[in-house]
Amino acid sequence: MARALCANCKTERAVIKRPKNHAKLCKGCFIQVFEDEVHHTITSSQLFHPGEKIAIGASGGKDSTVLASVLKTLNERHGYGLELVLLSIDEGIKGYRDDSLETVRRNAVQYDMPLKIVGYDELYGWTMDQVVETIGKKGNCTYCGVFRRQALDRGAKMLGIKHVVTGHNADDVAETVLMNLLRGDLARLSRSTSIVTGDSRSEVKRSKPLKYSYEKEIVLYAHHKKLDYFSTECIYSPEAFRGSARALVKQLERVRPTAILDIVRSGEDAARLVPGEEPSSCACLGQKAAAGVVVDDDVGGCGSQSGRTPGGEMAAMDKQLRDNEAHEGLEIDVTKTMAKGAVARGEKRDVPIRTGNASKGAPRQVLGNCKRCGYMSSQEICQACMLLEGLNKNRAKIQI
Amino acid sequence: MSAAKNNDTIDITVDFSGGLEMLFDNKRRYSVSLPAVDGSGKPVTMAFLIDHLCTHLMKDPRVDLFVLDKHIRPGILVLINDADWELEGEEAYELQPRDNILFVSTLHGG
Repeated sequence: MARALCANCKTERAVIKRPKNHAKLCKGCFIQVFEDEVHHTITSSQLFHPGEKIAIGASGGKDSTVLASVLKTLNERHGYGLELVLLSIDEGIKGYRDDSLETVRRNAVQYDMPLKIVGYDELYGWTMDQVVETIGKKGNCTYCGVFRRQALDRGAKMLGIKHVVTGHNADDVAETVLMNLLRGDLARLSRSTSIVTGDSRSEVKRSKPLKYSYEKEIVLYAHHKKLDYFSTECIYSPEAFRGSARALVKQLERVRPTAILDIVRSGEDAARLVPGEEPSSCACLGQKAAAGVVVDDDVGGCGSQSGRTPGGEMAAMDKQLRDNEAHEGLEIDVTKTMAKGAVARGEKRDVPIRTGNASKGAPRQVLGNCKRCGYMSSQEICQACMLLEGLNKNRAKIQI
Repeated sequence: MSAAKNNDTIDITVDFSGGLEMLFDNKRRYSVSLPAVDGSGKPVTMAFLIDHLCTHLMKDPRVDLFVLDKHIRPGILVLINDADWELEGEEAYELQPRDNILFVSTLHGG
């Protein structure tokens, strides 16, 4: 069979067909192009500044392993001047996280980066194994997601780091866009597309440098660079809403590979229609670079690495939060805000935006601090403390 | 087709990674011997191999995690001698002796 040659160097045998443009590339050119594109995302979004200390949320999985490898390469090649640290969360799941943490320990040696591991047990007094023992498997992803979000921030704080990067890729973002579309939650949809999340008032910001990288290319990059990563499924994660969105994205990719980036871009464009939300996208698209620093409250399940776990418990979680606490004060009449916004920013179009149940009313939340633990929260008591209260009541009952 | 040809076999290696090894007895590499031609006398292809793997190698009952609607499940990458099988004709690719076929899942987190 006649072998296609690389479209770039025209000498080596092509081994990759890029999903975004069907370009056929050899191994060397693919690795170079992949790294160049991540570099482009980083510079056009002005993601880092020289001397910045960055914690890489590392799970040992493919995405965070590729992120660590690429950031190390780019930091050295382009002189970013970054201090890179691996930050891992130990949820306390035997037979799952203890194995993947071994991979992270090897990565720390391979990439010559310091490693910090923070455990749910030390932060919350509960491991996920104990949580599941108490509440069962149903809904446990909600606990894990809420706990992890804070755990990464707390871990970063312990290290004196104000910026955590995660391995979320284009497929993950596309999934989240679809999920929020299917929930009718445009406010959250717009937040989910931002490359940087966190608020000027929050102490730790988050970003996803692989936001425009296809999962397929991440896996191929890991394969061709022979990176050491761990792949397994969380033993407590059932297939649910996230799983369906995921299957849909993969099926769309099969029919039309550009669909994934198109969904991401659609999400970014939709974000511009949402009052109070700033768009965030690659500066070369003619939009404001390093815009949208917004509150990221997507706690639906496994938020750390590419959220393999479902967000199906989201609705139950929201209901619980509403039941526990009345926060009418935070409700904002979106149509009014919209009208004002439309005048203030000429480019906004006046479209009626419904606040779905899942969006809890306000498109932009008011941040304060949790009265119990002091962690930033849009409610009086943060979600983690609220979940812990329920857990601790159950533990008390069991002890009696 | 001569009778001798029908008895010929070709030997290849098949690798599973990215979590797929879980469906194949947690073993990452298999040496597989296939007849050189299929029942109708045509050279064996990737489609034949996939069918063979499902029938003979997979002990796990969750076949749909590997094959969905008679095709490799979307999200599983296939490399033929390290090249994306999309460049090699996918299921129509005719297997050659000593080929290395890698199935790698992109579907698993970690």
